[in-house]
Amino acid sequence: MTDEVILQVKDLKTYFHVDEGIVKAVDGVSFNLRKGETLGIVGESGSGKSVTNLSIINMIPNPPGRIAGGEVLFHGADLLKMPVKDLRSIRGNKISMIFQDPMTSLNPFLRISTQMVETIVLHQGLDKKAAKAKAIEMLKLAGIPAPEKRIDQYPHQFSGGMRQRVMIAMGLSCNPEILIADEPTSALDVTIQAQILDLMKDLTARLGTAVILITHSLGVVAGMCDTLCVMYAGRVVERGATGEIFAEPKHPYTQGLIKSVPRLDQAQGDRLRSIRGQPPNVIDLPDCCPFYPRCDKAMDICKRKYPATTEYGNGRAVSCWLYTEAK
Amino acid sequence: MTKFIIRRVLSLIPTMFIIVTLSFFLIRFAPGGPFSSEKKLPEQVLQNILKKYHMDEPLGKQYLRYMGDILKGDLGPSYRYKDQTVTELIKQTMPNSILLGSIALGLAVFFGVGVGIISALKQNRWQDYMAMSLAVVGISVPLFVIGPILQLVFAMKLHLLPTSGWITGRAGILALIMPAFTLSFPYFAYIARLSRGSVLEVLRSDYIRTARAKGLKESVVVAKHVLKGAMLPVVSYLGPAFAGIITGSVVVETVFVVPGVGKIFVQSALNRDYTLIMGDIIVYSLILVAMNFVVDIVYGFLDPRIAYK
Repeated sequence: MTDEVILQVKDLKTYFHVDEGIVKAVDGVSFNLRKGETLGIVGESGSGKSVTNLSIINMIPNPPGRIAGGEVLFHGADLLKMPVKDLRSIRGNKISMIFQDPMTSLNPFLRISTQMVETIVLHQGLDKKAAKAKAIEMLKLAGIPAPEKRIDQYPHQFSGGMRQRVMIAMGLSCNPEILIADEPTSALDVTIQAQILDLMKDLTARLGTAVILITHSLGVVAGMCDTLCVMYAGRVVERGATGEIFAEPKHPYTQGLIKSVPRLDQAQGDRLRSIRGQPPNVIDLPDCCPFYPRCDKAMDICKRKYPATTEYGNGRAVSCWLYTEAK
Repeated sequence: MTKFIIRRVLSLIPTMFIIVTLSFFLIRFAPGGPFSSEKKLPEQVLQNILKKYHMDEPLGKQYLRYMGDILKGDLGPSYRYKDQTVTELIKQTMPNSILLGSIALGLAVFFGVGVGIISALKQNRWQDYMAMSLAVVGISVPLFVIGPILQLVFAMKLHLLPTSGWITGRAGILALIMPAFTLSFPYFAYIARLSRGSVLEVLRSDYIRTARAKGLKESVVVAKHVLKGAMLPVVSYLGPAFAGIITGSVVVETVFVVPGVGKIFVQSALNRDYTLIMGDIIVYSLILVAMNFVVDIVYGFLDPRIAYK
């Protein structure tokens, strides 16, 4: 990991216009991604993690979605203002994505070879034969046994874990600078999860790929990520180096999340902790701190205004009224 | 695959047996008979007629006789078209219906799928609204309205096409145009709606998101990733549609004076022309079963998840 920032997300806002009102799925998200860094985005379902990442490569279905503001700077160029043609040469090439459900993310009607080769031919300018050789090499790296044979099979002939390996191989086949992994292991069983995460960690380290890992599992984050963004109701409430956040979580939500992780050294008979209440309905959310109804430290001001972000330097930041005065 | 084909062909035997047996008895339980609408015949004459067609025998015996005949490939004489056998009648009219029906279905698939895809890609825009309005017209306006309107415009006013008739040779091609379009219209409308829905569904699927995230052009995404999956429902519809369309349409045949099999089918039912009804049923069932079989085979080619053993 170097200090060179390759991706800057600045005040990103993605809104969905539905019959009931405006859903601010992503509301002012900012973060930086450095070369070779692994950034984790954690949060509950519906906190805007996936929408943030689809917005980065400008793939929000419109209508009903609309990127209402902000910038996504990739090497200084704003992906949100780029012509589609230029953007397409970045998608799958410089920035690639793998998705949550490997069972449905591969086209069931096309051979693995067809799906992998088309990407490589498109972005690397190789002929089909060379592209296929490259695809076989990637499958081998991803730990698919007998890739020369398997590549001509169809997705249904692979197990869930194997399909995710194929997705990873496909995602990394053009040596992207950034791999966005949207809950890559949520649909897999636990033993396979660990294998897939190890594989991702190993391959991206070897290729020097930066990773944005979206997950709701703090365990995954602790093992994989250099830095962390904690999202709640479409906003980043806390960010910083993973170690620092785990050692000293500042935002009450982060504290709650970390306390909710079951621990091995926990006394027997202790109840599992959880954060009380439900995530808020994000339709027409007022300008309050969306966490205040569930927060033990909620103050009067929390109900009236969203707190400004307090920066601590070195990428550490928190958005909570508890820390705005202290600054 | 071979095993699958053999099994399907063998399964045809019990299917046809059940269809023939059920129809044989059902049509005889319906009130009236082939000769009941004649003006009052002297009792002796009626008896002679019944005897000639073995209709004075007990029903069970008639059934066995009929089954024996059709096993020999003899569909029997028509009771109403004098001096013509059922086989002759079907042979004379069926090729015309197959020709007209195939052209009509070809048109319906070509325009239906095309319009359906455009509608789906332009969902909720004017192209979509136009196409779907046309489809509603196609489904709801009866053929006996569409046919004469076409005749009025293209034959009576513009003098481009012959009004009606069935001509062999080059002029025949012109005569085919209007009946083919008329016949295709409801099928076109249905296929357009079907393809639109199915393309929309595939467009929302995860693997299309993957394809877009790979940086593929939208045209490649549609042609390579969307179409194959989206065409499955259309293919399954085409089996029964083909069976339906080549067995003729009494309306189109009447409006455009086409000597097709549809009119014979309808007439046979009205006349209680037992043997001819049975002939129609056998022909239609065979075509339907055969078409479903073809659909299954095509499915196997389109969808790799389906394996026939």
